Amino acid sequence: MAERVFDLALTPEKFAMIDEGLKSELQKQGVYVTSLQELYNWGRANSVWPLTFGLACCAIEMMAASMSRFDLARFGAEVFRPSPRQADLMIVAGTVTKKMAPLVVRLYNQMPEPKYVIAMGACAISGGPFKQGYNVLKGIDRYLPVDVAIPGCPPRPEALIHAIMTLQEKIRNQKLTGPDRPRHLNAEIEGEYPVPAYGKHDLEPPNNPGLWQPPAIQR
Amino acid sequence: MEALEQIKARLETAVPSAKIEILANDCALGERSLLVDGASGFAVAQFLRDDAQLKLDYCSNVTGVDWPDKELAEKIKVKQVVDGMEKEVEEVKKTLRHGYLEVVYHLYSMSLKHGPVVLRMRTENRADQTHLPSLTPVWRGAEFQEREIYDLYGVIFDSHPDLRRILMWDEFEGFPMRRDYVEPDDFEYEPTPHDEVLDAAKKHYPVEVKPEVKPEVKA
Repeated sequence: MAERVFDLALTPEKFAMIDEGLKSELQKQGVYVTSLQELYNWGRANSVWPLTFGLACCAIEMMAASMSRFDLARFGAEVFRPSPRQADLMIVAGTVTKKMAPLVVRLYNQMPEPKYVIAMGACAISGGPFKQGYNVLKGIDRYLPVDVAIPGCPPRPEALIHAIMTLQEKIRNQKLTGPDRPRHLNAEIEGEYPVPAYGKHDLEPPNNPGLWQPPAIQR
Repeated sequence: MEALEQIKARLETAVPSAKIEILANDCALGERSLLVDGASGFAVAQFLRDDAQLKLDYCSNVTGVDWPDKELAEKIKVKQVVDGMEKEVEEVKKTLRHGYLEVVYHLYSMSLKHGPVVLRMRTENRADQTHLPSLTPVWRGAEFQEREIYDLYGVIFDSHPDLRRILMWDEFEGFPMRRDYVEPDDFEYEPTPHDEVLDAAKKHYPVEVKPEVKPEVKA
């Protein structure tokens, strides 16, 4: 019994085998049983620092979410960092114009791993009401891997809080080992994304083919 | 403030070379404007700003208008002899109005608290003679708005201190606010296309695209 409790190298698989009742019983006695993965993810999920970065009206809702009424601090995400070097999360809040898109990608590349992206609002997801225009990018997912997308125009602060909670759920369930471990623990996966160049009428390339392909019609 | 006719008369004595015209306006407010030729535009602007009775020291707004080539149809009654009888017959007379680009300045006086005086200038055509004098040396606030008009309409403002694109990137070609601007064809499949989007969809997908119909579930 004692051997099992003090096994520090408890793998997640072994940990999952421990009975929930036993865990709670031990907790009542002041013994906390956990795995390194759970502890690590718990810490990460509750200190997601977003980048101070807004592009349009969605940024106003993002600011509202961080203020006292909605209080994003309850989720550990209140520390908006003014430098990408200190940020974990990029909230793409607003319309991404084609002129701005390379800068957004560059900011993402400057963030250290692990990093996450929330596409906030209709414009960041798909171009929104400007989708048919000549100057707005039809969704940031053409260049960046989006973890959570929030629909809305603009989304309410509650929706942003929900997105942060969804992201926390995603972080909590990430495995530290194995083939499906996240990018920041897998040296083989590139964390930087190519920055598009300004072309004569559009960005070149118009999308990152490794990330996004135009949708095929089902007939 | 004095009447527009009075301003025009005083302008003609102050700047003898200026060709000034008062343009009527059909809209409900009926705001008339002064049309000035490009060559004397700068002198007229200086007079409007410095004149003791006008002191139009504030340029609130500068905007561009694109007037493409247009066929004007006019109905004229012509007397014709038909079967020995003289009759009035309606004929449609068609004239081609050559296109031009127009710049509109809205001027107010902060010191005398009156306005607006609407000042217009027109280019010779839309292709190669698109030069107009910059009024930025007269009203400093016109700088960015003239840059925007250059960016989106292609009016070249002579003696502008810093004439570059302001909204689109430097490598961009064409002037997107012109009526004949052709947007890059980066059509993306949409489930419910309409209007021009539907035309683009038909071009990209020659076979009729039918929306997905879900089979009815029998209870």
